[in-house]
Amino acid sequence: MADQATFAAEAMQYAPQLYSGALRMTRNRADAEDLVQETYLKGYRSYHSFTEGTNLRAWLFRIMTNTFINSYRAKQRRPDETDLGDFEDLYLYKNLGTLQDASVGRSAEESLMELLPDDEVKQALEDLPDNFRLPVILADVEGFSYKEIAEMLDIPIGTVMSRLHRGRKAMQKALYEFALARGLTVAQENGR
Amino acid sequence: MSNDSTDATAGSGATSDCAQTLRELDVFLDGELPAEQYESIRHHLDGCMDCLGAFDFHAELKIVVAEKCQNDEMPPGLLSRIEMCFGTDFDGDGQVG
Repeated sequence: MADQATFAAEAMQYAPQLYSGALRMTRNRADAEDLVQETYLKGYRSYHSFTEGTNLRAWLFRIMTNTFINSYRAKQRRPDETDLGDFEDLYLYKNLGTLQDASVGRSAEESLMELLPDDEVKQALEDLPDNFRLPVILADVEGFSYKEIAEMLDIPIGTVMSRLHRGRKAMQKALYEFALARGLTVAQENGR
Repeated sequence: MSNDSTDATAGSGATSDCAQTLRELDVFLDGELPAEQYESIRHHLDGCMDCLGAFDFHAELKIVVAEKCQNDEMPPGLLSRIEMCFGTDFDGDGQVG
């Protein structure tokens, strides 16, 4: 049984990760701040139920994910289940190849990190409907396992996998469309 | 799919091994494949530049998404506001809650 007096010392180190996660979930700073604060207060109150030696970061993210689903998602009046269009696999990989060839002076080493600006990557993620966005945030941003994500979202592992797969594909399509406008412009300006 | 047949077809373009390998791309990169399947995919990637290119691209993309989606600066004062709410007087100024 965890001692409440040690909660701050143990848990506050995860605040930056929780805040980024909250921003990707709520898509605005005010709600993200509230969500992080609520997560910590709930965590503080129920810290006696945390099993010491288990993953505190996962425990906090589980509280945050539940809080988001139960209050913020309802507040944002988004449809509960949204579907995505279907795209071919390897969408970005196949389509970005042509852009890469057209762009100037890009080595393999500096490729994606430079080609994809921070705000476009965030936007592509935040534009996903909730039921796809949450698994992608928890897996690709926070690095949780399928099993951990299944527990946090209370869905089967197979559902986690299929939502990840389709959410990532939709995100890649968005990234390509962002890159297309800039990429083609760059290629034309440089006469290539 | 056996490892022997992978050798024979490696590098020769799209094979059934390629289709099988690409189907496992997500799970492989997420580190969730059982050891035996993981090794089988690795073996295929050793000899197939086409699949290796796709795997490298998505491995890099995963790093890019992780890095670019968690570099947000926390609002100043958020941490202290949270700690002030805890039942204990963390900052020593006599405020609780």
